[in-house]
Amino acid sequence: MAEFTLPKNSKIKSGKIFSEANGATRKKKFHIYRWEPDSGKNPRLDVYELNLDNFGPMILDAIIYIKNEIDSTLTFRRSCREGICGSCSMNIGGTNTLACTKSIASFDGDISIYPLPHMPVVKDLVPDLSNFYKQYASIKPWMQTETPAPENSERIQSKNDREKLDGLYECILCACCSTSCPSYWWNSKRYLGPAILLQAYRWIVDSRDKSTNKRLDKLEDSFSLYRCHTIMNCTNACPKGLNPAKAIAEIKKLLLSRIS
Amino acid sequence: MVNRPISPHLQIYKPQLTSVLSITHRGTGIFLCLGILLLTTWLVCLALGEESYNIFYKHTTSWYGKLFLISFIFSLFYHLTNGIRHLFWDFGLGLDLSTTYKSGYVMLCISILLTLTTLILGDVVTI
Repeated sequence: MAEFTLPKNSKIKSGKIFSEANGATRKKKFHIYRWEPDSGKNPRLDVYELNLDNFGPMILDAIIYIKNEIDSTLTFRRSCREGICGSCSMNIGGTNTLACTKSIASFDGDISIYPLPHMPVVKDLVPDLSNFYKQYASIKPWMQTETPAPENSERIQSKNDREKLDGLYECILCACCSTSCPSYWWNSKRYLGPAILLQAYRWIVDSRDKSTNKRLDKLEDSFSLYRCHTIMNCTNACPKGLNPAKAIAEIKKLLLSRIS
Repeated sequence: MVNRPISPHLQIYKPQLTSVLSITHRGTGIFLCLGILLLTTWLVCLALGEESYNIFYKHTTSWYGKLFLISFIFSLFYHLTNGIRHLFWDFGLGLDLSTTYKSGYVMLCISILLTLTTLILGDVVTI
């Protein structure tokens, strides 16, 4: 059921204020969501006023700077710093994106940073993605075939068939799209969400995969797929410029064409 | 087991054309149901005779009655035009981001224009 307000233990209090921008010519305030599992307290919003000359141009540079120089307890995921690993996905300035590919200069005024929306929080900016990964496993994201691969060669695919995977294989499973989707907020237990459905479609259209029908069967209930109401927040959020809404629409079309 | 908080969602997510038009579609859908109630009330009052119809007439021509009617007419046209937009999506058409934004603005303009036209032609408001 949809819950529009935050439960009591999730309400955000105001937090500490830190400033090092005295005399700085380029400065910026960062409001960052903090929650310590051991404190027994509610989440809080810390404010860091920083001198932008001290670090690089991206949001990730700013939070790494805070962790290294100001507060080493600030916790977040990051790895590649170039938009290919999907670790540093978070809600920045009100929309979900990757901290590493989002520049500080793209925001006017203060910048708010929260964990991905409507997720259980592990610590600070780290959400618990267990359910997301469980849902990913549920669509069996590997090639299912009936015959062994040809000897001394790979499974051949025509250029046309290969092109069908463009715009799908690039997904890095950062969960920006799924956690931007209000439908996923209210039904994440049973609705698979845009990221997982895009992945499902990636295997459905793969000419080498022979489980297409079984895969479609799996999605044919009132929740897994059909909780998508074409809100399109997913496509708006994707930091890789992919289109989960389109992939979902294509699955719906395939399901319909099976009936007629 | 730690009692994990839920990260904020509606409270912090930036409203954007995609989500705002979508929730309005749902809101207008709900409002249309209320409008159907008004239509049935109208029929019932009509059947009951002059006295009850006069009461109905008095309320629907009052400021709040007009406000309700205007909202109902807008809901009807919004739901209709956005419904057509949804039909295109169901065919897999116009789902890229720029087309979605363009069709969103066009849909909004058409539904407002149709509402204004109806209001003027139907003498609900006079200009």
